Amino acid sequence: MTETFYDVMRRQGITRRSFLKFCSLTAAALGLGPSFAPQIAHAMETKPRIPVLWLHGLECTCCSESFIRSAHPLAKDVILSMISLDYDDTIMAAAGHQAEAIVEETIQKYDGNFILACEGNPPLNQEGMSCIIAGKPYLEQLKKAAEHCKAIISWGSCASWGCVQAARPNPTQATPIHKVPGLAPKPIIKVPGCPPIAEVMTAVITYILTFERFPELDRQGRPKMFYSQRIHDKCYRRPHFDAGQFVESFDDEGARKGYCLYKVGCKGPTTYNACSTVRWNGGLSFPIQSGHPCFGCSEDGFWDKGSFYDRLTDIHGFGVEADADKIGGTAAAVVGAAAAAHAAVSAVKRARQKGGES
Amino acid sequence: MTTMQTPNGFNLDTSGQRVVVDPVTRIEGHMRCEVNVDENNMIRNAVSTGTMWRGLEVILKGRDPRDAWAFTQRICGVCTGTHALTSVRAVEDALGIDIPENANSIRNIMQLSLQVHDHLVHFYHLHALDWVNPVNALKADPKATSELQQAVSPHHPMSSPGYFRDVQNRLKKFVESGQLGPFKNGYWTNPAYLLPPEADLMAVTHYLEALDFQKEIMTTRTIFGGKDTHPNWLVGGVPCAINIDGDLAAGAPINMDRLNYVSGVIDRAMAFVKNVYIPDIIAIGKFYKGWLYGGGLSGKSVLAYGDIPDRANDYSASNLMMPRGAVINGNLKEVHEVDLRDPEQIQEFVPHSWYSYPDEKKGLHPWDGITEPNYVLGPNAKGTSTNIAEIDEAAKYSWIKAPRWRGNAMEVGPLARYVVGYASGHEHITEQINRTLRALDVPVDALFSTLGRTAARALECEWAAEMQRYFMDKLIANIKAGDSSTANTEKFDPKTWPTEVKGVGFTEAPRGALAHWVRIKDTKIDNYQCVVPTTWNGSPRDNEGNIGAFEASLMNTYMERPEEPVEILRTLHSFDPCLACSTHVMGPDGEEMAEIKVR
Repeated sequence: MTETFYDVMRRQGITRRSFLKFCSLTAAALGLGPSFAPQIAHAMETKPRIPVLWLHGLECTCCSESFIRSAHPLAKDVILSMISLDYDDTIMAAAGHQAEAIVEETIQKYDGNFILACEGNPPLNQEGMSCIIAGKPYLEQLKKAAEHCKAIISWGSCASWGCVQAARPNPTQATPIHKVPGLAPKPIIKVPGCPPIAEVMTAVITYILTFERFPELDRQGRPKMFYSQRIHDKCYRRPHFDAGQFVESFDDEGARKGYCLYKVGCKGPTTYNACSTVRWNGGLSFPIQSGHPCFGCSEDGFWDKGSFYDRLTDIHGFGVEADADKIGGTAAAVVGAAAAAHAAVSAVKRARQKGGES
Repeated sequence: MTTMQTPNGFNLDTSGQRVVVDPVTRIEGHMRCEVNVDENNMIRNAVSTGTMWRGLEVILKGRDPRDAWAFTQRICGVCTGTHALTSVRAVEDALGIDIPENANSIRNIMQLSLQVHDHLVHFYHLHALDWVNPVNALKADPKATSELQQAVSPHHPMSSPGYFRDVQNRLKKFVESGQLGPFKNGYWTNPAYLLPPEADLMAVTHYLEALDFQKEIMTTRTIFGGKDTHPNWLVGGVPCAINIDGDLAAGAPINMDRLNYVSGVIDRAMAFVKNVYIPDIIAIGKFYKGWLYGGGLSGKSVLAYGDIPDRANDYSASNLMMPRGAVINGNLKEVHEVDLRDPEQIQEFVPHSWYSYPDEKKGLHPWDGITEPNYVLGPNAKGTSTNIAEIDEAAKYSWIKAPRWRGNAMEVGPLARYVVGYASGHEHITEQINRTLRALDVPVDALFSTLGRTAARALECEWAAEMQRYFMDKLIANIKAGDSSTANTEKFDPKTWPTEVKGVGFTEAPRGALAHWVRIKDTKIDNYQCVVPTTWNGSPRDNEGNIGAFEASLMNTYMERPEEPVEILRTLHSFDPCLACSTHVMGPDGEEMAEIKVR
């Protein structure tokens, strides 16, 4: 029988007290409040580590780099105590045949019961051979893993939207995961951003493991808990926007006073992400706080919307209450997303049962 | 023909058993390696293939040059920022923009923090498992590990037997769970691993400590650039305005609180490198100092562009704190000048790359480069075009081009920089190298090896950590003198630009010499070319048949078990390959990509 998170943590020398503290921090990271800590603790005490195949297509590895910067939980604890990261070519010890054998083993042992985490995307041009794994197109590895997985996490803007290699004219026909032709229809959660915020990545994993389901998703498949608000809505510089106090050019008087960056191109008003609330690297800062306008790296097609320094021309002092659909094309969850989330619930549950038997 | 000699002095023999490693893991991006081993398990032929291509330079055509840093930064998220810095330098060079002193100091701190972070993470999380056996660590006596720790690094506070016992217990239970995660299918019974259990336990412990600590190093970039991975940059300076004690300073990007934060991070990074990374390199090096394979081109031909300008806007070699120059034919007595604008110096060749030129006998300078993709396998390749069993290296075999400096295949990276620095008498480099050779009790020739490459990276990390302090002090002194300027925006508006200009920018990325060449026409990018470290190191053969740095370094290496590629991984990892960086493409006139032909 596979042991639970709690077993593993205890047996790895973590005290009960540290364990409970970890659960409280996790609850806080998820924005759930202290009352949820016991629920997380209970989940961790009773569940085995779920296998994860983390595949890399065309990408720059910024998602993995972001992931290891997570402050709560630490990447170390995710890898050692929460998931079983059986394949991730960026950090795995094995290479070549021994690495590829792990994909096969995982499919055999956990068929339909592992999580597929995708970083990057597959190219469709060049017969798929502009991204080669084990002599074959990456596309084949991806499709095979997807066919046997229970659910898919699309890390970052590459997997979610296509990102930089899919920017015009997209010479390799790099294609986001949900648009890959012939991909098995599995529940997909998109965690966009270039990269996504580290604590958002680990919170998504923790949520799925704790509650045995995807968090509630919006119509585009993003977790609402992190992507339902524009950066502008909670920006600490928002009062300057409302007061009409703007940075006119970099390093001017307004820049030194932390005025609003809208006029130098800020895309915060049309970008859905948690940068102004969760912030980056343990809540330390976010692009606007460093004086650079947001360029919307979590939005679909953000590379092809003109210069990052051109100001948005189509917003008119809308309020936070404006309908998301009108601004960014996002919407509240609809039946499809809810169904997908529901499917993922039972997926993860079955994964655990199967894992527990093996 | 199964044997031949390359012009750069390597005897290739393809008669022995062919070993294929695909994917090569614990690198950035995707790569394949094939070698032939003889009956004595010695590698007698090596073939390195870049197996990904994204076409970023095509995508850059027609864009606003002020945005190029963000696009090129996405070439690589591991060496995040170095492409962005190279890009803003190229655009500033083209447009004749000078940046303020404070911007130079802040950029240097950001670039140095990348060197510190990238080197540390590379050693512990991408490279260490080539030398360190976590399964063997289970056999260690924690008391012996504690004694070893205190002997090699008396100032590191985490050294008690109880501490190591806790880590060992955690590791033990992890292994016993049967879910080995990243350690699964490792080569843990291979005799190539030489550390005693107590050293393995110390190193595995530091693997975890470094994983916790590394996230702190990059927070300097979160302060100055707003986030990490992929902080923000600006043509003309840096985006973070300084306001020390004026109105609304608390909401300013840089204020007293933020400067103090950065300062604290710098101090902790210096301590970690000094008390953990450097002692580990020496301790592990002592057990492996008989394993001196992997020299390759490092004792023959090395190249560095230099970086870290002391004063702003002066990119001449004398003002660069990282050395610049080329050494060829193993003659360390002569360090050649390097000029990135000279069409005769840097040229790229494609006869063995999946691109075509009208005349493939000739190389082309990046200003005049042509790139037309041409994915074809040679007649002796085994398998099919979408299921390659064996590459035919006599034909085209990689998505990486073959750059050459005056016709020479060159190695770049920390070891190349340290060889150039040593040859040109750089004070800090000479001191560091001599100190390390003494500590390991090895001759200077030992430098030209896989281990030398790994050691040079650690020494550079130590130096970079300290130099962050130098530039932090410089920044504070300049602010104190009344200068808080961080950006020059005189030419930020494209209306102020000439119709047609070109520029070149360079940095020393953690993996080696990096340059971008840009042409700007009617305020848009007309052509963008990057020649990156792994293009140099991972280069395939050229028109003359010279092999590249990866291939050369694998030659004549003994493999304990050819089916377990520990030695191949060890040497390739010593370069810290970055494949997403190395594969690029764009014609000078920005032609659309031709359809790739597969036979």
